[in-house]
Amino acid sequence: MSKKIDLPIYLDYASTTPVDSRVAKKMTDHLTLDGNFGNPASRSHKFGWKAEESVEEARSHIANLVNCDPREIVWTSGATEADNLAIKGIANFYKSKGTHIITSKIEHKAVLDPCRQLERDGFEITYLEPNDGGLITPQSVRDAIRDDTILISIMHVNNELGTINDLEGIGSLARKNGVFFHVDAAQSTGKVNIDLSSLPVDLMSFSAHKTYGPKGIGALFVRRKPRVRIEAQIHGGGHERGMRSGTLPTHQIVGMGEAFRLAKEEMDTDKERIHKLHNRFYDSVSKIEEIYVNGDFKNKVSNILNISFAYVEGESLIMALKDIAVSSGSACTSASLEPSYVLRALGRKDELASSSIRFSFGRFTTDEEVDYTLTLINHAVERLRELSPLWEMYLDGIDIDSVEWQTH
Amino acid sequence: MAYSKKVIDKFENTLNEPEKFNVGRFDPKEANIGTGMVGAPACGDVMKLQIKCESKGNTHIIKDVKFKTYGCGSAIASSSELVDMLVGKTLEEARQIKNVEIAQALELPPIKIHCSVLAEDSIQQAIDDFEKKQ
Repeated sequence: MSKKIDLPIYLDYASTTPVDSRVAKKMTDHLTLDGNFGNPASRSHKFGWKAEESVEEARSHIANLVNCDPREIVWTSGATEADNLAIKGIANFYKSKGTHIITSKIEHKAVLDPCRQLERDGFEITYLEPNDGGLITPQSVRDAIRDDTILISIMHVNNELGTINDLEGIGSLARKNGVFFHVDAAQSTGKVNIDLSSLPVDLMSFSAHKTYGPKGIGALFVRRKPRVRIEAQIHGGGHERGMRSGTLPTHQIVGMGEAFRLAKEEMDTDKERIHKLHNRFYDSVSKIEEIYVNGDFKNKVSNILNISFAYVEGESLIMALKDIAVSSGSACTSASLEPSYVLRALGRKDELASSSIRFSFGRFTTDEEVDYTLTLINHAVERLRELSPLWEMYLDGIDIDSVEWQTH
Repeated sequence: MAYSKKVIDKFENTLNEPEKFNVGRFDPKEANIGTGMVGAPACGDVMKLQIKCESKGNTHIIKDVKFKTYGCGSAIASSSELVDMLVGKTLEEARQIKNVEIAQALELPPIKIHCSVLAEDSIQQAIDDFEKKQ
């Protein structure tokens, strides 16, 4: 029969992943006196040399996963810093060439907020609308490119929807127009094949903790050929060829290296297993009346599934699913009381946007967990709809758009 | 979101035993029924409150209540809390119920006070609707 299930069930892998135990082992080997604890920048003794060796080995694991030169990898504190370094780094270095930047409305805040900051500094930013499926089309990028455009920043996999953008299409346009192309790939490593030897991408941000590595470490790919220059944002010692100063955190770095090595080794088996879990989940959940998948179903990763349960409010659904750890597109859980900006950008009506839940599966998700979750969802949605005046209206054949609501 | 245990209990009890907690509907066309519906789907909450009244002397008392709420956990808990306060009250007494009472009873966090305001609005509207019919 079914195995015992530990509650709550973690289905929020897109938010962060647990560190793989093999990664944790590697990290603890780089901390204590009997381990490899040295400062990789120490040139005068063996402790430093050994630490440097570990750092460089880790660097080559990152490079291997995405098929680039290890010298193109710059360590950062995470994808947020990598995004900041790429965007502000390009903007500051090339501002004499132009001050226009193209990004999209569904980027992560780690891209949007640096862009806002640049706006305050006099740059002009175009925020592209996604199509209905949550994709940024090369056509929309083409229409936005101007003579003074210096940078395009578009994410690879969207964190809320799981949709995969066409990097080849967007990148070729960038190349043709002499514009740099930055990609936030925090959600795609280990999920989508990335080949930087052929992709027309100039800068790419990575995160360790979305790929079974530790939090607090990431990297930025900065292309050498054709060469991309960026202005450093953190100064103090000239580490990482001057692009990012600060003592390298060896244990974090080897953790990320090991996580990415495993990602390369296990990507195919992980993908296949998670795809099966996804289908098991989707085949069942799609039998519930009035549910909508957010994001282009044919162009997305299997580990993320974003669903709107119409006539049920997202936060109440999450409360009713207290044994399942998921995240809501509804920001009623946050201070803003607004539905997700990503779902709104898709043109979803507010009530559908605020009824959305992101389920994300991972390396340690089991069939039993998926089945148990499905039982809970069916129960919770049924109960909340019984409570919902909007569901009652739907069953009575009343179009809720035709009602004059008193907005407050 | 740090909800009080009271909000969580109220929400879960209402969800698990809807009949006991007055979830449901009356026929709004009946003369002794008053219906109030406040909020908007776009704002994330809609409350529908119905009161069944009976005349007593020169006033009316609330004999029974039914409600349905679309909204966050505290919106559902607020409606349910309000319903507990209504049965047996005269319409005049029911009109006196203020959102603060609901907010205090549930220890609502400041950001969720609007849920209790909505509950207060729903009873006012339900009474208005009932009185119009008389």
